[in-house]
Amino acid sequence: MKKTKPWISRLLLAAFMAVGMLAPGAYAAENDNSTKAPPYDVQANLAELKAELAKAGEGNKEGIEKKIGTLEYAVENGITLESGFTDDEDGDADILQSYVGLSGGVTTKYEYAFDFFNVSMLWTVIAAALVFIMHLGFSALEVGLTRSKNTVNILFKNAFIISAGLITYALFGFNTHYPLGDWNTVENWLSFGAPIGDLNDGGTDFSYGPGAVLCMTGFGDFIFQAMFAATAATIVSGAVAERVKLSTFMIFATLLVGIAYPIVGSWHWGGGVLDGWGFKDFAGSAVVHAFGGFAALACVIILGPRKGKYDSDGNVKPIPGHNMPFAAVGVFLLWFGWYGFNGGSVLSAAPGPLGLVFTTTSLAAAAGVVSAALVSWIVFSKPDLSMALNGALAGLVGITANADIVTAKGAVVIGLIAGVIVVFSVIALDKAKIDDPVGAISVHGTCGIWGILAAYFFQVEGSGVELGVQIKGILLVAAAAFIFSLVVFGALKVIMGVRVSEEEEIEGLDLAEHGQEAYPDFTVKSEN
Amino acid sequence: MKKIEAIIKPFKLDEVKDALSEVGLAGMTVTEVKGFGRQKGHTEVYRGSEYTVDFLPKIKLEVVVADGQVEEASKAICEAAKTGKIGDGKVFILPVEEAIRIRTDEKGEEAV
Repeated sequence: MKKTKPWISRLLLAAFMAVGMLAPGAYAAENDNSTKAPPYDVQANLAELKAELAKAGEGNKEGIEKKIGTLEYAVENGITLESGFTDDEDGDADILQSYVGLSGGVTTKYEYAFDFFNVSMLWTVIAAALVFIMHLGFSALEVGLTRSKNTVNILFKNAFIISAGLITYALFGFNTHYPLGDWNTVENWLSFGAPIGDLNDGGTDFSYGPGAVLCMTGFGDFIFQAMFAATAATIVSGAVAERVKLSTFMIFATLLVGIAYPIVGSWHWGGGVLDGWGFKDFAGSAVVHAFGGFAALACVIILGPRKGKYDSDGNVKPIPGHNMPFAAVGVFLLWFGWYGFNGGSVLSAAPGPLGLVFTTTSLAAAAGVVSAALVSWIVFSKPDLSMALNGALAGLVGITANADIVTAKGAVVIGLIAGVIVVFSVIALDKAKIDDPVGAISVHGTCGIWGILAAYFFQVEGSGVELGVQIKGILLVAAAAFIFSLVVFGALKVIMGVRVSEEEEIEGLDLAEHGQEAYPDFTVKSEN
Repeated sequence: MKKIEAIIKPFKLDEVKDALSEVGLAGMTVTEVKGFGRQKGHTEVYRGSEYTVDFLPKIKLEVVVADGQVEEASKAICEAAKTGKIGDGKVFILPVEEAIRIRTDEKGEEAV
């Protein structure tokens, strides 16, 4: 076995991380999201509402009275408001998009808007914690579907990704992801963001200004989106498992999650080019999942299959995962976390959308399991557990783009189709010598495309999703992720290599890269 | 002294152990082993691809007995381990030159 390591790769890694941390002004810039809205005059708004009340018919009076009462409540209690009421899209509630220092003990009947804000904010941070749990799910699934000799390496990668994701998102990602109309480099395409900086100044109260339905503080929004960010790189981790060189992967994952993800995300969620087209991607079938899936595809093409996956005639020689219970636990955790991923993407606790999104998310996952299990049973003549598990994730990815605009029945059909797609996608990729140990490319890439198209086919009336836009949008996201990864991972291959040596691969990355074993108790040794 | 080595189906281990106890044998060593004979391996399916598992899990049981007990012990093993289906295993009997009990330094048949 080759014991010496190329020192240059470690040095590069250290240098890379140091530059990121010490970038000039890294901590100096302020988040200026809070200052965009025009100053709000609560007295003028009250006068408007009172005039409206005088003209209003009986049926509308109560609503207007509540608004007036809420504003008066705020004035009496010294609550500074940054904006007035905005109609939310579903008509469930008018949301007062401002919130400063409201304390407990609120008793008047006009507290609704503030209560709604409190509940929404609480839901958002709970959803962020649920998305965090998805990283444990990804880790367990990846560990379960690979061999025991690579377990330490996989857990190490996953621990690193969530951490690198959170830090880069704070340093750069969040404000790149959400330029909010202030594109400093290329209009609608690129805006380099500053670190979140002193969110304390605006982070506990700012809103995105009138018109948006967003009931959370700046910190609430940041932490929810930060948890999302790292998932894109975690998807790649599964696909390249068991042969990728650790140092190369760490650099690539940091660049992917730190730079590529927020830029591509800004095209949609930051009000960029995709948003301009009217692209529909509710919680990220494209900008999170297909993005991760196509990045993974590029990496796997460069990396090549694991040793022993194909015989000399090119036939598939399966490499069974070492722990199916772990794989199952991982999928159940991912499913659990998805309630935060989709449910939190409602961006408030609006009762209507929240219940719908939970229902559609669950039904699609369940339908994915059923159809993937049945298809695998028919095609392989045995029901395959790992396929049924992939089916759950396929259904979840399929519903992610459209969970808020489909019916319960639509969700079941979307899940059923996703479950079929994922099985055939896994088979096709295996045949094409694209070796993806966990099926990440099929689950996130292929089913991500399906989710985006399903948003058009299954939308309820009035959703306004256009097929042409969906196709154009998913092609753009997939191409961006693929090309970025091809170029960056390709460059890393030239500079430092992307793959461990054959000896190291045979020995296992645990010993070769870490000098550690996942299950040391299973070796012969003297007990103390 | 003879050593009896028996390769048996794993689920038969308890019955074989009990049968050996009944004929008065107090100790044995077992090992989890893998191999194949006429039974050959079997195929498994993982994510849509079939593969052959050539080496099936078996239990290797080793027991050293006095010459007078060989017949009885090997018969007990064969009866307990038999299912009549392919893959029941085999019994080998080998001569043993010497045996020593580490604790007491006893030698020969005293030690087994």
